[in-house]
This record gives sequence, structure tokens and C-alpha cells, in this order.
Amino acid sequence: MNERIINELIESFGKLFLAGLKVSLPLTIASFSAGLIIAFLVALAQIAKVPVLRHLVRVYVWIIRCTPMIVQLFIVYFGLPSIGIKFNSFVSAWLVMSLSVGAYCSETVRAAIQSVPVGQLEACYCDGLTFWQGMMHVIVPQALRTAFPPLSNSIIGLVKDTSLAYSVALVEILATAQRIAARTYDYFWLYLEAGLIYLIICSVLTVIQSRAEAALERRR
Amino acid sequence: MISVKNLTKDYTKADGNHIRVIEGLNYEIEKGEKIVIVGPSGSGKSTFLRCLNLLERPTAGQIFFDGEEITAKGTDINKVRQRMGMVFQNFNLFNNLTVMQNLTLAPVKLKIMSEKEAKEKATELLKRVNLLEKADVYPASLSGGQKQRIAIVRSLCMNPEVMLFDEPTSALDPEMVGEVLDVMKQLAEDGMTMVVVTHEMGFAREVATKVLFMDEGIILEENTPEEFFEHPRTKRLQDFLSKVL
Ligand SMILES: Nc1ncnc2c1ncn2[C@@H]1O[C@H](COP(=O)(O)OP(=O)(O)OP(=O)(O)O)[C@@H](O)[C@H]1O
Ligand SMILES: [Mg+2]
Repeated sequence: MNERIINELIESFGKLFLAGLKVSLPLTIASFSAGLIIAFLVALAQIAKVPVLRHLVRVYVWIIRCTPMIVQLFIVYFGLPSIGIKFNSFVSAWLVMSLSVGAYCSETVRAAIQSVPVGQLEACYCDGLTFWQGMMHVIVPQALRTAFPPLSNSIIGLVKDTSLAYSVALVEILATAQRIAARTYDYFWLYLEAGLIYLIICSVLTVIQSRAEAALERRR
Repeated sequence: MISVKNLTKDYTKADGNHIRVIEGLNYEIEKGEKIVIVGPSGSGKSTFLRCLNLLERPTAGQIFFDGEEITAKGTDINKVRQRMGMVFQNFNLFNNLTVMQNLTLAPVKLKIMSEKEAKEKATELLKRVNLLEKADVYPASLSGGQKQRIAIVRSLCMNPEVMLFDEPTSALDPEMVGEVLDVMKQLAEDGMTMVVVTHEMGFAREVATKVLFMDEGIILEENTPEEFFEHPRTKRLQDFLSKVL
């Protein structure tokens, strides 16, 4: 490792980090937020036994879980334009990743909701609250606490999965490293650096996760 | 006020078979009455209570509340339940909310009171049970007796016309039973219509206008407290009383 490489790595570090901040993290946050909403709707449709919908959501979960994300990305980004539906790289990645989070987290959310004692919902009913009011104000907040550790693991997984969006021409961390390396041929060092960026982001998230868990625990 | 006609309740067991828990039960509860229900475990006491506010759907029969058939199709169950409070054996306070939020959630969300009115009402009721200093704590930090007094207050915040109690003191340490019974006695003195399932025979003697003995899904005996305890008519009740007294 000579001085040239060191200088190059210092310069590229800023670029990779910026790609993480401007592309990978926003994609993670946007996909996770939308995915979590989907996960809750899927879980509630199953728990409330909403007719028809509860079967439709099971088909959705099945399809998402049993096909690779990279194939889904190709279908949306390269496939859909041939039937006239065009999304840019970011939107394609966001769509696919939201649907993926929604499917994978729906089981976590369903289990967490069902772990709240039935007496809590019965007490809501006895106060005259409806099923949905009870869910909103009493059951789901308690379920979120239970689901918090597995859900934060999903976020960390999602940060890493955003690198797949490289395949649909999204210039995120990995693609940025690849572009620099294509110029300098320092593939080894740049890919190591890309890995380091993921390591840093995920480590920060891990620290935030354990702090938040401790804070939630104190409020019980 | 509440009239129960031919109430029958079957449960479906895990193996798909049905068991009949309540069998053709008839009863009339007048305004201001304090009905105490006693009986052996599994005799259907809880089920009867839970049918009254439709936590359980009766298999057959009718229930009328102030002349309105609440078991009829199309009844707004939530509206009916707003007029009936219920207190559970294991409290069921909302764990994610503070005591004050527990008390104001339903009145505010159901737009029965403004946030301010609900807080005033809750504050007044908390004072009455000497728990005002607990307004901002979470249920987990309360003792059983405190939890149950808060649970009673939570129901009262809705200004119910009837209060149902399902073994409200059974999960409490003995030294806390008294504080909960005192609140219930106060409520009885204030004229609340009450239906209470309990093993506290002292409470039944002191407060009840009628005591019912439930056995195998029917009301086997019904009487004033004096007659009920001094002159039980059936062998089943005599045996039961000799065990619990
Ligand atoms: N959800 C349910 N599904 C199936 N069986 C049930 C259900 N709830 C109650 N049972 C059965 O119905 C019978 C009556 O139950 P219930 O809880 O009404 O009795 P109880 O008189 O309140 O008894 P305890 O004094 O033990 O509380 C019991 O045999 C019980 O096992
Ligand atoms: Mg019971």
C-alpha cells in the first residue's frame, strides 16, 4: 500500500460516505417506512380476518418471500418498461424493497400483536372502543415494543440489501466504489472501503438500537 | 333494566365438539340492584357476565337493556358497552399508557368528553380512591390493589349505568382485598347497579340485594343474602356453602 493509494482512499472515502448519506440511507428509510406500513396492514388483515384481503395478502407474502430480490429489481426496472411502465432507479429500488420489508416484517408484526394479552383488547371493548381504536391506541403500541428488536435487525439487513440496487444503475455506495476503481484499477482497496462504509453505518445503527431498547425497557 | 331471556351459550372446543356452558337462563336485574353471583369453578359465572356486555356472543336467547334488545342483529355493540363498565380479575389496565391516559382514552376518543373534561373527571375520581399521586405513572409500577382501584375508576370515567365485576379481588394479595372492596361498597352506596361474581361472602352478605347460586350453567338458587346463607334450599348450595364459609 503506497502513498498514492492512501491519498486516493482518503479522497474516495468522502465520495462513498456521501453516496451512503444521499442514496443508501434515504432508500433504507423510505423503504422501511413504507414497508412497515404494509407489514401492519398485512398483519391486521390476517388478524381481523378481513374477507378476501386476508387471502390476497398471503399470496403477496408468498411471492415476495419465494423470489430473489435481484430478480424482482430486474422485473421492475428492466421488465416493466416493455409494457409501458417506467420507473427510475431509485423508485424501482424503493418499490421492491418496500414490498420486501412489508412481506418479511408482517410475520414479526403479526406475532407481536398476538403476543399482547387478549384482556387488553377486551378492556378496550368494555370501554366502548372499536377494534380499530383498540388496535391503534393500545395493542399496536405494545406490539411495537415486542417487535422492536427484530424490526431493527431488519433495518440493518435492509441497509446491506440496498447494495443490490447497484444492479439497476442506482449510484449508491457500491456503484460509486466500482466507478472509481474502474478508473484506477484499485478494486481490492475500493471494495474494502465500500465494506468499511457499510460497517460504519450498521455499527451506528446497532448502537442506536441498543440505546433505544434500553429506553423502551425503562418505560415499562 | 337488564332482562335476560332464555340465554344459552355453547363453546366450541379445540377438538370441534361443543360444550354447553349456559343453559336457558332467565333473569331480571332492576335499576340500583346489587346482584352477587357465586358458584363452583366452571359453572358459567364469567360466561354469563361476558354475555351481558356481549364480549361473548350468546348462542341463543335474548338480552334486553332498558327495553332495547342488544342481542338483535344490527345493534351498535360499542354504544351499548359505553353504558356498561366491566372490571376483570387481572385488571387489564392498558400497559402502554399512564394512569391518567388509561382513564381518559375512551371518553376522549369516543368524543364523549373534551380532553379537559375527561382529565377533570379522572382527577376527581382518582382523589376519591386516594390515588391522585399515581396519575402519571405506568401500571407496571402499581400494586395489585392499586391497579384494581384504577381499573374501577377507568370504567367509572365513562359514566356507566351498570358495573360488571368478574372476581375483582381473586388475584390480589389478602391485605389488598379490603381496599378494593371498600371502593365497591362506596359505589354500591352511591346507587350504582352492580353485578358481581366473587368468592367474598362477607361482601355478598353486606352489599347484595340478591345472591345467585350458579351451577352447571343455570341459576340453581336465588335469594336475599339472609335467606341465601341461613336457609339454603338445595343440597348443592348447602355443600357449596359448607366448603366456602
Ligand atoms: N373460550 C372458551 N372456549 C371453550 N371453553 C370455554 C371458554 N371459556 C370458558 N370455557 C369453559 O366454559 C365453562 C364455564 O367457564 P366460566 O369461565 O364461565 O366458569 P366460571 O364459573 O367463571 O369459573 P371460575 O370460577 O373458574 O372462573 C368451563 O368449563 C370452561 O372451561
Ligand atoms: Mg370465572
